[in-house]
Amino acid sequence: MQDGGINCLISRSISRLTPLVFQRLVPLLSAVLGVDKRIMLQAVALSCRRGERRLFSDLNVQVERGKLLAVVGENGSGKTSLLRIFSSLLPPEDGSVRWEGEDIHQLKELYSGQLMYLGHLNGIKDDLTAVENLLSSMALAGEPCSESGAKEALEAIGLKRVVHRLPSKVLSQGQKRRVALARLWLSTRPLWLLDEPFTSLDTASTAVVTQRLHAHLQREGLVVVVTHQEIALPAERLQRLRLAG
Amino acid sequence: MSHSSMWDSISGIIRRDLLLAMRRWSDAAMSVFFLVIVVSLFPLGVGPEPAVLRTIAPGVLWVAALLTCLLSLSRVFTPDYLDGVLEQMVLVPQPLSLLVLGKVLAHWMISGLPVVLLSPLLGLQFGLEGEALGVLVLSLLLGTPTLSMIGAIGAALVLGVRGSGLLVALLVLPLYVPVLIFGAGAVTSSMAGIGGEANLSLLGACLVLSLFLAPWATAAALRIALE
Repeated sequence: MQDGGINCLISRSISRLTPLVFQRLVPLLSAVLGVDKRIMLQAVALSCRRGERRLFSDLNVQVERGKLLAVVGENGSGKTSLLRIFSSLLPPEDGSVRWEGEDIHQLKELYSGQLMYLGHLNGIKDDLTAVENLLSSMALAGEPCSESGAKEALEAIGLKRVVHRLPSKVLSQGQKRRVALARLWLSTRPLWLLDEPFTSLDTASTAVVTQRLHAHLQREGLVVVVTHQEIALPAERLQRLRLAG
Repeated sequence: MSHSSMWDSISGIIRRDLLLAMRRWSDAAMSVFFLVIVVSLFPLGVGPEPAVLRTIAPGVLWVAALLTCLLSLSRVFTPDYLDGVLEQMVLVPQPLSLLVLGKVLAHWMISGLPVVLLSPLLGLQFGLEGEALGVLVLSLLLGTPTLSMIGAIGAALVLGVRGSGLLVALLVLPLYVPVLIFGAGAVTSSMAGIGGEANLSLLGACLVLSLFLAPWATAAALRIALE
């Protein structure tokens, strides 16, 4: 009888403690450890004008951790401009972009330290080899890597060792794109901004890159992709933004 | 952002630019040949009178150094602009002006330093000797980095503009005037026996001023060019 009383007491105290743990302690711990769900990218009332033409106005969108935002739309609808606004390369005509609730133009270098941007230009030097290109662009980004690390990244995206020693000017468009995309295997930044990453890639490489994006999302990363292609990711990871143009 | 990562980024940029210059050594070699040819044209045009040549030597050598720097300005940012490396540079978590400083230093090592090293030989060709030759080297050592610094502002301003070669000359050459006056003046006054210290000090002041202001102005111009 007494045993039952003690059991009852224990179970009652557990049932009281459990909500406390989940409602108070878990958010507190996750906030302290920096794995808060709130951390995200947010565009507030953005508008953009290029020359005479207004590309979009009053655009609101937000990206949570572990989500990929696919920006789609016709040519000239302002997809790349939106990505450049997200990267802080282009100031918006109106509105603001916020990272963790703070305006990115106030965060400046702190924000640059959170993102990896790959534009439609590859950002690789024709006179350097694939390995040298990767080493120098990672060193420039402030995330220096070892030569073996660079080679592993290049192999991960399907560039064989023979290609590593060639100057990039003899590589094909697809191979150059892959040298640029190899940074995805080395970057530890939470936010990836990619402009048409699958351009001139073959099907196999597209699948490899998609897998890499998925792995990044599973590690609570964020991705914004400008693309015309369907991305083979689980629906709960995908978020779509169509620009009307 | 720690000091070490800041230094890593700058030294990374300098090393990459020097490596690229070595891969395309013909570009650097061409501007050196340009310098030698321009300087050699004057004795042919003016005549071989030693006294005349000695009088015009400081001005000729300095103008030639200035033109050599001007010719190489299109190689500072344009290749990076065209292949997308500049976008990556702007998005680096370091102050852009520091990276610009790295790029300009690399540009000076590729295009300015050869001019400094070659100048005693070219000076001899004009009959300069002794102290004047030393002052010439010193004035170029202080002056050519200033030329690269000021030139970088112009190069950044004309990025993406058609026919930028002539435009950058129109923008930058007037700004080179003080450096030219102090540089050539240092050599002339040392030849006249009054010593070039005053002009050299002014050149040093120009260098310090440009080291502080030019990277910042260049960074601002680069951001505008990329918008």
